[in-house]
Amino acid sequence: MGQIEQLVQGVLQGNRRSIAKTITLIENNEPEAQKIISMLYPKTGRAHVIGVTGPTGSGKSTLIEKLIGELRKRGKTVGVVAVDPSSPFTGGAFLGDRVRMQEHSTDVGVFIRSMATRNALGGLAKATRDVIHVLDASGKDVVIVETVGAGQSEVEIVEVAQTVVVILAPGLGDDIQAIKAGIMEIADIFVVNKADRENANKAISDIQAMLEMNTEKTGWKPSVLKTTALTGEGVTELLAKIEEHKEHLKMGALEARRKEKVETELAEAIKQKVAESIIEDLKREGEWKKLAQKILARETDPYSAADMLLKKSKRN
Amino acid sequence: MTATRKIRVLIAKPGLDSHDRGAKIVARALRDAGMEVIYTGLRQTPEQIAETTLQEDVDVLGLSILSGAHTTLFQKIMKLLREKGMEDVLVFAGGIIPQEDVPALKKIGIKEVFGPGTPTSVLIEFVQGNVKERR
Repeated sequence: MGQIEQLVQGVLQGNRRSIAKTITLIENNEPEAQKIISMLYPKTGRAHVIGVTGPTGSGKSTLIEKLIGELRKRGKTVGVVAVDPSSPFTGGAFLGDRVRMQEHSTDVGVFIRSMATRNALGGLAKATRDVIHVLDASGKDVVIVETVGAGQSEVEIVEVAQTVVVILAPGLGDDIQAIKAGIMEIADIFVVNKADRENANKAISDIQAMLEMNTEKTGWKPSVLKTTALTGEGVTELLAKIEEHKEHLKMGALEARRKEKVETELAEAIKQKVAESIIEDLKREGEWKKLAQKILARETDPYSAADMLLKKSKRN
Repeated sequence: MTATRKIRVLIAKPGLDSHDRGAKIVARALRDAGMEVIYTGLRQTPEQIAETTLQEDVDVLGLSILSGAHTTLFQKIMKLLREKGMEDVLVFAGGIIPQEDVPALKKIGIKEVFGPGTPTSVLIEFVQGNVKERR
């Protein structure tokens, strides 16, 4: 058996070292990555993928730790992908989500992986979707994805998760914030965490008022739950709501969501491949450097230069 | 496709002391040098550190300890790493570690021990210079 086959076998058997190494290959976009994904893909689609998003400091990691605890009590195995931002200046990253999840670090039924965004926007890393596939194929019943501390428009999580939980905390803003577009539109479940603080009820009623105005599309009305992640209060109720959403999806919405997701995934794959191959081709010709120089000298602009290059490559 | 590798580092605090200023300074410095740094938080057992090293598949493990229990804990950590097949991870240590203990620590596979006052630039050079081409 070759190295790739061995890794894939390992992942399918739930071997933690194989899972870890496979994720690294995928994250680094190594040449083996595509083959590995294609071998694992038939075994995916079994895990329930829960996305957890919300502003920095709202308690995402702490709440996830408590969710893992509840899921383990029910005998479910759990994979976690925790995404934190890369520095746009140095490319470095400080990945600190694990700090809150250490209670589960030696539980063999739990696999936690930290990922840096590597400058992808949208709240996830480029490879997050494929890392979810790896954990799914390894047999995890549930995969929880924690996005970077999301402000307003980091909504990519809807494209990878089946159930999206948006976590907010009291005191983050008024009802004006609650009706802004973006993150407030993606939740299947809202959680107001740190419910022991004052203003928690105000935050809840702001969100509820916003939801009143929603026109239902999928037959699911997002509810607003209260938790105190530090003590674990409200976590059982949250998990029950997640289960309820999962059941709701089974009634038809799941197929639609899956189809949508697969189409996005296909489009993304094409974009990536097309862009990469075109750029590689163009770089091989001398024209690329010449045009870059021209842009530098302000003799042309990037858009016109791109047009020129693309016209040329189409002729070939 | 073009590969995009990054040096991944785990900064871990074994033992029972609760001062992690040093660990955080190291984490910050390595972050600013372009590395991806994972921090475990305080009071980690050798088992937790070894398992996190494995799951995160890091290239480098930095151990910070001030409690005096370094010899016992480091031995356990290095043994667990070997058992898990992770002997290719570059391990360094820092904190309050007496000079006379250093040779024994190096013997069990800890590549270098840094004391208080070490410039972060020395640390960065050490990591960049010693991290193995693992794959």
